[in-house]
Amino acid sequence: MATTMITTLDRSSRAAARGLSDISIRNLFIIPTVLFLIVFNIFPLIYSLGYSFTDFRASTNAPANFVGLQNYRDLLNDPYVWSNFAITAKYVIVSVVGQLLVGFGVAMLLNRDIPLKGLITTLLLLPMMLSMAVVGLFWKLLYDPSWGVINYALGLGNFEWLADPKMALYAVALTDIWMWSPFVMLLSLAGLSAVPKHLYEAAAIDRAGPFYTFFRITLPLVAPILMIAVIFRTMEAFKTFDLAYILTSQPTAELISIRLYKMAFQEWQTGRSCAMAYIVLIMVLAITNIYVKYLNKVKER
Amino acid sequence: MAHIQLKNISKTFGNHTALTGLDLDIADGEFFVLLGETGAGKTTTLRLIAGLEKPSEGQVFIDGVDVADWGAAERDVALVLQQYSLYPRYTVRENLEFPLKPKIRRLPDAEIKDRVDRAARTLRIEHLLDRKTDRLSGGEMQRVSIGRAIVRKPRVFLMDEPLSALDAKLREALRTELKNLQIQLGATFLFVTHDQIEAMSMGDKVGVLNHGRIIQTGTPHEIYNNPRDTYVASFVGSPPMNLIDGRLVNGRAVMAPLNFELPFAGGAKAGAATEGRPLVFGIRPEDVYLESGAPVEARVHDVENHGVEKILTLRVGDTTLRATVPARTDVAIEQPVRFAWNPDKVVLFDKGSGVSLRHAG
Repeated sequence: MATTMITTLDRSSRAAARGLSDISIRNLFIIPTVLFLIVFNIFPLIYSLGYSFTDFRASTNAPANFVGLQNYRDLLNDPYVWSNFAITAKYVIVSVVGQLLVGFGVAMLLNRDIPLKGLITTLLLLPMMLSMAVVGLFWKLLYDPSWGVINYALGLGNFEWLADPKMALYAVALTDIWMWSPFVMLLSLAGLSAVPKHLYEAAAIDRAGPFYTFFRITLPLVAPILMIAVIFRTMEAFKTFDLAYILTSQPTAELISIRLYKMAFQEWQTGRSCAMAYIVLIMVLAITNIYVKYLNKVKER
Repeated sequence: MAHIQLKNISKTFGNHTALTGLDLDIADGEFFVLLGETGAGKTTTLRLIAGLEKPSEGQVFIDGVDVADWGAAERDVALVLQQYSLYPRYTVRENLEFPLKPKIRRLPDAEIKDRVDRAARTLRIEHLLDRKTDRLSGGEMQRVSIGRAIVRKPRVFLMDEPLSALDAKLREALRTELKNLQIQLGATFLFVTHDQIEAMSMGDKVGVLNHGRIIQTGTPHEIYNNPRDTYVASFVGSPPMNLIDGRLVNGRAVMAPLNFELPFAGGAKAGAATEGRPLVFGIRPEDVYLESGAPVEARVHDVENHGVEKILTLRVGDTTLRATVPARTDVAIEQPVRFAWNPDKVVLFDKGSGVSLRHAG
């Protein structure tokens, strides 16, 4: 059965009266968007690829010299950059695993008949709706060593969450978990409510215990949608900038995007930072690809 | 194997009453069929026995023990649902193993394999064991879910319309298979259906359920030949029993608005009390026959040819009744015919209550 995707222009319409054809109307809608994308996304992307092979500095008038793969070579040999990558990896793992546990756990709690379920769900979603910068500023107040609520509540005295070299990264991750667990929760809830109720009944009849039911029925059925949550959150966590930048200036919490920002706009190593951005891009693409492959495998089963 | 008893069960969902004052007694090793229309409360009854619902009132006994506080797992029942409810993403073998694998009552691997293989052989699904469940046809899926029930050797099998999603041929085949399986296992079966043919052909006993009440319990023979009221009479049998309003006058059945008379054999037995009282006469279509010298004239309103037989709709005045006649009977629509009935087979119902006089007795 052939379905027509395009509705043909009514000959008596005003557009037709002005001499517009289907194709010209299509162009009218699409061309501005495409132009916008080219000018603001694709052009800078390619242009920066060019810069990544030069020693260009945006702060001087000195002409850019072509240096080949020198930037890439330097970056990949720089132990500081590697330590940034290690910090980022740690951050991604902690925050994504945390969000997954908290989000899925809360979803399991909410996936039953409880009073005010709708209201509770909506309230739990609120952190996700806030702006990153606002969340960062709020949590900075909460973490404050001398008059922050967290130290007061936990009785930790003057513990410096954000200035403690060991703790700073985890403090940022904790904030991220607080903000984005609702997102995982929302996806998990959708997945959980899609598990047919009669499967649970069949499992109860088959005398399966709660753990057995969870690992043999619930988890396999929710896995694909959890994978999607993990993909989104990993990508986001990998490029976290604002939250970490606002919360802490500890070198132990210097994520790759902060390093990149400093390199580009404080040290003005424009060419090198372009190369760095490309390395990050390739990494994110690679990780996402692995996930998507795995996701397809999970779905197939 | 178990004996199941329901005592005075009522179940309400909010302000909807599903079951009222239900009593049911299913003997050990019996194939009991619960028959009723959609919404009659059949599934609710089943779920109460399985322990998936709690009764609002009344008690459930399994082997004489009140199981009110027992969960589904402790009751040791097997449930086969209409929608198969196989565990997705697992193979047929994994599905069959599922009930045997929980850690608490984990069986030895050899025993699991043995049971699964035996169940697969019984249901003829051995060749499917390594296939994923979403690659199966409806009939195969239903066999697997029955298989998952039998590997466990439960005390009771509960089946909720397991055949109704299947096509006609397969339904017939599985009907026989299920009955054979029950005889082979000697297990107690409670089978729920809205299909009276399934009920008649499979049940040792049939319970007819209407609006949350058991109307009649009995062997298929009793239900068919001696329905307790006009509801059972019209629900069981295809085509259903003819129900005609009339009175008994001098041992003859006089149909009130139609003005035709037929002899009635039980006239003397029915006694004077029924004389002249408004009644409903029930007669099965196969007990209505055409004969040239028969007392009543009718016109053929419709002919349904079923191959082995023809179902005629006869019209007298503006009331119709059905008659099953041999296929070779040569009739045309609007042709005048004469018919009679088998006076021994007539069932009398009270016009007001609809209850059979034999049962009211």
